[in-house]
Amino acid sequence: MVEADGNASLAIAVRGLTKTYGAQVILRDLDLRVAWGDFLTVFGPNGAGKTTLMKVLATLSRPTKGEVRVAGFDLSKNPAAIRRNIGVVTHQPLLYGDLTAFENLSFQGRMFGLEQLEERIERTAGLMGIGRYLGHKVDTLSHGMQKRVSLARAILHDPPVLLLDEPETGLDQEALSMLAEVVVSGERGRRTVLMVTHSLERGLALSNRVAILTGGKIAYQEERALVDEAGFKVAYSRFTGVTL
Amino acid sequence: MTGFWATVSALVWKDIRAELRTKDVVISVLTFALLSLVIFNFALRPSPQVIPIVAPGVLWVAFTFAGVLGLTRTFVLEKDRGNLEGLLLTPTSREAIYVGKMLGSLVFMLVAEVVVLPLFAVLFNLSPFRPGLLLVMLLTTIGFTAVGTLFSAIAINTRSREIMLPMLLLPLVVPVIIAAVVASGTALEGGSWSEMAKWLQLIAVFDVLALVFSAFAFEQVLQE
Repeated sequence: MVEADGNASLAIAVRGLTKTYGAQVILRDLDLRVAWGDFLTVFGPNGAGKTTLMKVLATLSRPTKGEVRVAGFDLSKNPAAIRRNIGVVTHQPLLYGDLTAFENLSFQGRMFGLEQLEERIERTAGLMGIGRYLGHKVDTLSHGMQKRVSLARAILHDPPVLLLDEPETGLDQEALSMLAEVVVSGERGRRTVLMVTHSLERGLALSNRVAILTGGKIAYQEERALVDEAGFKVAYSRFTGVTL
Repeated sequence: MTGFWATVSALVWKDIRAELRTKDVVISVLTFALLSLVIFNFALRPSPQVIPIVAPGVLWVAFTFAGVLGLTRTFVLEKDRGNLEGLLLTPTSREAIYVGKMLGSLVFMLVAEVVVLPLFAVLFNLSPFRPGLLLVMLLTTIGFTAVGTLFSAIAINTRSREIMLPMLLLPLVVPVIIAAVVASGTALEGGSWSEMAKWLQLIAVFDVLALVFSAFAFEQVLQE
């Protein structure tokens, strides 16, 4: 699915990204590099710019300045190709409550032009443990089950890159395990994941790289294996002035 | 079916399917239109001589304000649950999203208009099922929903969206509504196609301009 229009040695490459809303600077000359197969968790206090960064990477918001490449595609030139290669999970389920889970997934599949859609839906639903609920209207499902459908929606087109904005909200322990195993493992190997979260425990458990975003910049980035929880808390406090 | 039209049809069917379950848009549009006709009928108590003069205006006042109500709902349902963001995350073209949403609104409005016509016929003692009137309704509703879908997408991001949509939309569609009133009057009086031609041409030109401009402007409206 990844048909890079240039250098695709990195799954996500951001250089000098600035995003402003009027006079307010949200992201400030931000640089970020995520290699293929990495699971990077970005932590940061409220207002640090985490959601704005995710929106820019997801093509929902235009950068004011800077270069952004996702899955090898230039955001300014080929945003549709980026959308084809990313799966996005946000706090909101992005589902139609009056439609069934199957209808929601079918609609998503048709918007992506997927073939053998029914098989694909059955397979993805099986992976996410929602097979029994496919015929249920989304509004009648529990919050946790809606979140699972939302995860299924995000991986239905088997994207190589996942953008997860606090995906753990509303998920039970079983679903969290799925997030770590099923969601991250695609049909064509391990997906690249960029996750923002407030859950230190979950973020450290899932990722192989961690970063701290504060004041609109990546202030800290490290291999997960090289930092323990206590050390990360010290770094977080030093860069953000907030104690975890 | 090509990618563009497959996307459009997926969007239209999604909206129709959801509407069949909730009936939110059609019921609110229908109720408003029917109430308008009844109130106008009782307020004006038109004599047989006056009916051909006032009836087309009453009909289009009902259609126009009921249509605004329906268009407001179109994007509220997408926006309130974050589904608009979900739509924008798909690789489909923004033009396809626009056409899909516009066609959905067009279907709902036309259904409501066709249901309203029999009551209009009874209240005003007219025979409205004339090809001329039906063509005026179709063409005018296309133009109305073409512009309305664009302005609905603009209004949805404002705080007072229910007020913003009519404020933006009505000044722009007034010329085409006036043309529709005159053409409808001619059709109801059994006028010929040639008598209606210049008004139908005006409405058709408005439709083409509205569709082309709105389809191009839609992406800019949706981009943050």
